[in-house]
Amino acid sequence: MTGRDAGRLSLILLMTPFALWIGLLILLPQIGIGYVSLREKVGFNQYEYGFANYAAFFGEPIYRNTLLRTAWISILVTILALIIGFPVAYYIAKVARQRSRAALFLMCLIPLWVSDLVRAYGWIVLLRETGVISTTLVSLGVIAQPVEMLYNDITVVMGLVYTVILFMIVPLVSTLQGMDDALLEAGYNLGGSRFTVFRRIVVPYAMPGIVSGCIITFMLAAGSYLTPILLGGKNSSWFTEQIYNQFITRYNWEAGATFGVLLLGFTSFVVWAGLRLTGQSLATTVAKE
Amino acid sequence: MRKLGNRLLGATALLLLAAAPAAHAETLRLLTWGSYAPDELVKKFEAENPDIKVEVTFSNNEEMIAKLRATGGTGYDLAQPSHDRIYAAQLEYNIYKPLDLSKINVDQMAPNLVDGVKQNTTIEGQVYAVPHQWGTSGIMANKKEAPDAKSWADLCDAKYKGRTSMRLRRTILLGTAFSMGMNPFDLYADTAAYKDMLDKVTEKLIACKDNLKTYWTGGDDLSALMLSGEVVLSETWDSTAFKLYSQNPDIVFVPPETGALAWIDTFAMPRGGEADDAAYKWINFVIRPENVKVMSASTGSLAAVPNAADLLPDDKKAAVQAAFTQADLDNLKFFANIPPGIEDMEGIALERIKAATN
Amino acid sequence: MYDLSCASITKKFGMFTAVSDVSLDIPSGSFFSILGPSGCGKTTLMRMIAGFESPTSGDIRIKGQSVVNVAPNKRAVKMVFQHLALFPMMNVGENIAYGLRCRGDAKADIPRKVARVLERVGLPGVENKQISQLSGGQKQRIAIARCMVLEPDVLLLDEPLGALDLKLREHMKIELKQLQHQFETTFLYITHDQSEALVMSDAVAVMNAGRFEQIGSPRELYDAPVSGFVAGFVGDSNCLHGKLVEVRGQEAVVELDGGGTVLGHVFDASRAGDAVEVFLRPEALAIGSGSDSIRLDGTVDSLLFNGASSRILVRTERGQLIEIADPLAASTVSQGDAVALSWRPERARIFARRHA
Repeated sequence: MTGRDAGRLSLILLMTPFALWIGLLILLPQIGIGYVSLREKVGFNQYEYGFANYAAFFGEPIYRNTLLRTAWISILVTILALIIGFPVAYYIAKVARQRSRAALFLMCLIPLWVSDLVRAYGWIVLLRETGVISTTLVSLGVIAQPVEMLYNDITVVMGLVYTVILFMIVPLVSTLQGMDDALLEAGYNLGGSRFTVFRRIVVPYAMPGIVSGCIITFMLAAGSYLTPILLGGKNSSWFTEQIYNQFITRYNWEAGATFGVLLLGFTSFVVWAGLRLTGQSLATTVAKE
Repeated sequence: MRKLGNRLLGATALLLLAAAPAAHAETLRLLTWGSYAPDELVKKFEAENPDIKVEVTFSNNEEMIAKLRATGGTGYDLAQPSHDRIYAAQLEYNIYKPLDLSKINVDQMAPNLVDGVKQNTTIEGQVYAVPHQWGTSGIMANKKEAPDAKSWADLCDAKYKGRTSMRLRRTILLGTAFSMGMNPFDLYADTAAYKDMLDKVTEKLIACKDNLKTYWTGGDDLSALMLSGEVVLSETWDSTAFKLYSQNPDIVFVPPETGALAWIDTFAMPRGGEADDAAYKWINFVIRPENVKVMSASTGSLAAVPNAADLLPDDKKAAVQAAFTQADLDNLKFFANIPPGIEDMEGIALERIKAATN
Repeated sequence: MYDLSCASITKKFGMFTAVSDVSLDIPSGSFFSILGPSGCGKTTLMRMIAGFESPTSGDIRIKGQSVVNVAPNKRAVKMVFQHLALFPMMNVGENIAYGLRCRGDAKADIPRKVARVLERVGLPGVENKQISQLSGGQKQRIAIARCMVLEPDVLLLDEPLGALDLKLREHMKIELKQLQHQFETTFLYITHDQSEALVMSDAVAVMNAGRFEQIGSPRELYDAPVSGFVAGFVGDSNCLHGKLVEVRGQEAVVELDGGGTVLGHVFDASRAGDAVEVFLRPEALAIGSGSDSIRLDGTVDSLLFNGASSRILVRTERGQLIEIADPLAASTVSQGDAVALSWRPERARIFARRHA
């Protein structure tokens, strides 16, 4: 066997699990979902094919509005996660000493050690009318009556930011860690103010991390299920809940599949639009060599 | 590298060794409700039948059907859907197989419930389910705060503004329909009439939204709301109410005046089940009186056996007695079989309610 | 007036004194180097001048004005970083324009100024290239251009040649010197490489353990070091250990560790009985017998041919290797020959022994 054959063989061996993973766990189910979404049930075990399910989606304002609502809240969550996460990431990557860096990183990880459900219940225990915060405020005399801080959109946003912020911090830390401190010093040395250095050097340098962090955060928020359901109020519907309802309580796999395709398509569109609006592209940020 | 390879080999060998005895034993894969397979019973059953290993998956009605539909009825050996969820699902998705009643100690079960379930689940002369636990849905009230509550409609009473709750599922649609003087079970057959009924119920529940604190999503959620006093009146499962009664005797289950909605959780066998004998053994095992006690203590519901109430733990027995009179029991409204299509209509109604803002 | 003066600068980090009582004055337009081993405090000193650290005590003046309380972005001192720190997300033109934009230059003037400075560093028309498209030497020049476009009073250079390969480094030494002439700006150059310092500088400060050992022209440092450290650090030297046995005026006799005596001149305050080191430049040694106490016997270990820098290695009777310059590579000795080395006593410099 020549060296070239060996190289090719090892390439194939290395790529096989990846290709299988993409093929079996991502492509195939997506094709299946896409196929089911084009199917329309016309009677008992009778199906027709067409875009009726999509037409049904666009004809029903409840679904459209829920999707838009989900997207807006997810965008808000992404922006908040970036605003809160950036200083944290900057501190971990650039300010903290080597030893405390690991500890800080670990602290960011802690929320991930417990399940979504437990995290949501944590918020509930804190924020409910008879919860920790309300009771404390009453006993301190700050407020006269217990207040309900749960069951509204602000709680959902808070809960989601808390859940996804790590996925913003990690890519930011790893890009910022790669930044030579000398770049900052050069920025000051050449006359830049703090703000100039931040805007013209730190942010552009961190752009790959910002872009990948925002994409992950947005996708996670839009695709989350438990947090919006448990923390949300009477009016806060979430698109994944609609998908669940279609699949599980209404046995309507066709509509559920349609919603799934639409969620994927719409979130991808939002990511694309976000990249266009900020003048970024995947090639110049995430895939930058 | 060599060393690592050896270690991997060693680990694999160990795994194979560990797996070997398990390969001989039969596995009983249960698809059931949380609390319907208490550890104590599972251990006891495995001790009595050393060659059977029990694997439990917790689920609910909707997910049970969705799971079995996705796998074509394979992956589980015994499922426990409610009696009204079997007929249509079987016709449409063919996910169960008929039971061999001669292998089940039917004579140890409560005859009226057995007959009821048989009526609901007989297709082409074959029976697909037998009863296991039964219970009702109704309302739960904190007697101190809401002593007069007696109807589904009280959830929307402005007296209790911001202090009531419900689960946004089909039960509340049906209950509200009854409270408005309609009988949804009679309307099942007439799609147009049912749609009309749902529209009225939807309107009523949207108007009611302001009155609610929140929609509860699970038993833990509901328990916390009631025990903390944030909610004084809620739609509930009776078992949840019975559990709370032992912690706070002010919290009682109230069968609505139009009748509590009664459900029977059953035993049914998925079409692709591979351990039928083990499944029959489990069914006969859990209806033995000493085991019923353990089961009912865990589920909080009544077993489908004669004198089931006597087999409840004392605190639960008291709760049941506090909740039901004989008249209430006579007034129970058993869920009727859901014809195909009904749940889709209900789904739309529920979505409208959830999305509505007023 | 001096472009840059430091008066008694001290910098402590906790208990550790990085820079201790350092003073220097750099005349306008000169090329000044600070030479020292890594960890000697030279980088800390430079960072204080740039404003990234503030001195524990002492004063820094630029063109006579104290800058100790001036923020780094307001000082007329620009710096070329060790790894250049060119901004990777900007192209060449943007890198150079950055400082001009920070300074608030009129937008219309910027392209012209950028083009002119690029011309002066010999890279006209590269404004739109990406940093990654440049060679090592080109990056170097862009880094200098980025500073020089701001016409600083002093340009600091922090070992900027360290990352280059040998050939390019030799080339850049000459080029840096030429650039400095061209811009007529004061350069403060930091290095641990004595040849860089000697070749380019008008004056060199040799720094060790936070202090200046000696400030002088390269020739002074080479020919008249004031301490064993400078003698050993600047230029090549053979170093013999021994004990001072007799001092006669400047001339002194040293008894070498392991036997034998040699004659040299004492250049510091060492007295008879002190442990000393004797420094002999390779070019101060000649093959051929001298008198008894200005000779070392040995055998030729190897001949190292390197053109004008060729050397002969001689192993002494006590096993130490001694380098002898052989600039013409014309020596007739060959490996294994027994030889005697001799020198003029004033070229054997005797200093107190450094603490190992």
